[in-house]
Amino acid sequence: MAQQRFVWPLISFVFVFGLWELAGRWPISLAFPPFSKTALALLRMTVDGSLPKAYLSTLQPLVIGIVLCGIAGIGFGIGMGLSRTIEWFSLPIFIILQAAPMAAIIPLITYIYGIGLTAKVLAVVVLAAPVVVMNSYKGIRNTNASLVQMCRAFLGTRRQEVVKIILPHAGALIFAGLRLGLAMGFIGIVIAELMITPTGIGDLISYHSSVADYPEMFAAIFSIIALAALAIHGLERLERKLFPPEIRGA
Amino acid sequence: MPAEAIVEVRGAGKSYDGTVEALRDVSLALPQGGLSTLLGPSGCGKTTLLKIIAGLIPPSAGEVWVKGKKVDGPGPERAFVFQDFALLPWATVLRNVAFGLELRGVTPEQRHDIARGYIEKVGLKGFETSYPHQLSGGMRQRVGLARALAVDADIILMDEPFSSVDEQTRRKFQEELLDLLKIERKTVIFVTHSIEEAAYLSDQIVLLSPRPGTVSRIIHPAIERGGKNPDEIRRDKNYLDVVDEIWQILKRYVV
Ligand SMILES: Nc1ncnc2c1ncn2[C@@H]1O[C@H](COP(=O)(O)OP(=O)(O)OP(=O)(O)O)[C@@H](O)[C@H]1O
Ligand SMILES: [Mg+2]
Repeated sequence: MAQQRFVWPLISFVFVFGLWELAGRWPISLAFPPFSKTALALLRMTVDGSLPKAYLSTLQPLVIGIVLCGIAGIGFGIGMGLSRTIEWFSLPIFIILQAAPMAAIIPLITYIYGIGLTAKVLAVVVLAAPVVVMNSYKGIRNTNASLVQMCRAFLGTRRQEVVKIILPHAGALIFAGLRLGLAMGFIGIVIAELMITPTGIGDLISYHSSVADYPEMFAAIFSIIALAALAIHGLERLERKLFPPEIRGA
Repeated sequence: MPAEAIVEVRGAGKSYDGTVEALRDVSLALPQGGLSTLLGPSGCGKTTLLKIIAGLIPPSAGEVWVKGKKVDGPGPERAFVFQDFALLPWATVLRNVAFGLELRGVTPEQRHDIARGYIEKVGLKGFETSYPHQLSGGMRQRVGLARALAVDADIILMDEPFSSVDEQTRRKFQEELLDLLKIERKTVIFVTHSIEEAAYLSDQIVLLSPRPGTVSRIIHPAIERGGKNPDEIRRDKNYLDVVDEIWQILKRYVV
């Protein structure tokens, strides 16, 4: 069983990378390098330090942005779920924000905040916050009415109701919101680096593209996709460990 | 009335959303230390009435008095056993049973001690660290019962506590409940669908009419329990008469 868990993903990776290699050698386009060249480029960039340096500057605003969303976004979403007043004035905004293509306002950020760290953090927050807030809100709202009534029947205070029933019940959805937020944050940071502040991994992509170093460009693209996928997969596993479906009572 | 009334319902009515009338003008007196059952067709407002007595739902009309005080919310002298168990899925049996005490600020050692005692009394010893999803329906109901007993309320309100167990287990629970109540000296209000259960357990049976629920009859089975075993009671003439009397009334409601 344990072996099978690794065998299937491995086969699928070999298959995909094999196809990539074939397509690159055929070649379908001069700008599309085979897998082997891309892998070598990835190695080169790692050794010469350009990739680690780029990631340092990409991950810093990403982490800051996600932590901000994690604190303020979750807090706000919980507030929205608990208080009719907060819900009344902010729910419409977040419904619109969640549906709107927020990436479109990233260029606007440059006008106001320039091209520094602040702008990048904001790009992450703008994309990630709506889903983080909405998930926390929904988690609180979908609370189990029967458990809340039980808590009241046993003389629980409103505070105990929130801390002992509503929040644990919403935990899984809130965490899932954070995971979706991280996925949006990756999109936000790459867009920001491609469009407004030529630094980090986005800059690496656009630079190598402009000088026609296609293996390097693909290596950079591949690395950020792989990193995002791994990070989100990791969070998903953590989520299942922290909130096993049978005891989360959703 | 053999004993003084501990719960009095005076002209209680309830309309949900102003349209669905669940209860109309229900008046009842429940004797201290007795077991009263609410019996009636599905949807007649039994859960609603029980929750009004518990103070979980405000009545639209009338009032409820418990121990000489008007009810305006839940109180420490009442404990509820829920039809859908209402157990915390993320908490162990031990924490669930101790939850009422936890809400009251009892220290962990103390409340776990008390909870362990009741877990044993309801026959769940060895399941302290299990989670609700690992238990059968009947076991979950007993967790709910233990939780209600643990807070040491005088009045236990039970909403169909034996509905999700088979007939053999149900009979065993009924015996255990009677024994437990004798020892703990509780006043019990008990919702059931089962005529036999009502006749077997109750000192007083309140028959409700279909929605909007009104009191259609109050029966006091005078079954001599002393010294008899359960099977003898079930062959007792009084018991059989009560079952028949209830059936004659209820069958009019079945279409
Ligand atoms: N929260 C609610 N909102 C609107 N209508 C409700 C609500 N709760 C109950 N009702 C209605 O009130 C009536 C009585 O419901 P109640 O749950 O008290 O019946 P019951 O006698 O307990 O039924 P059962 O035996 O099936 O448990 C039903 O017709 C139900 O549809
Ligand atoms: Mg009911």
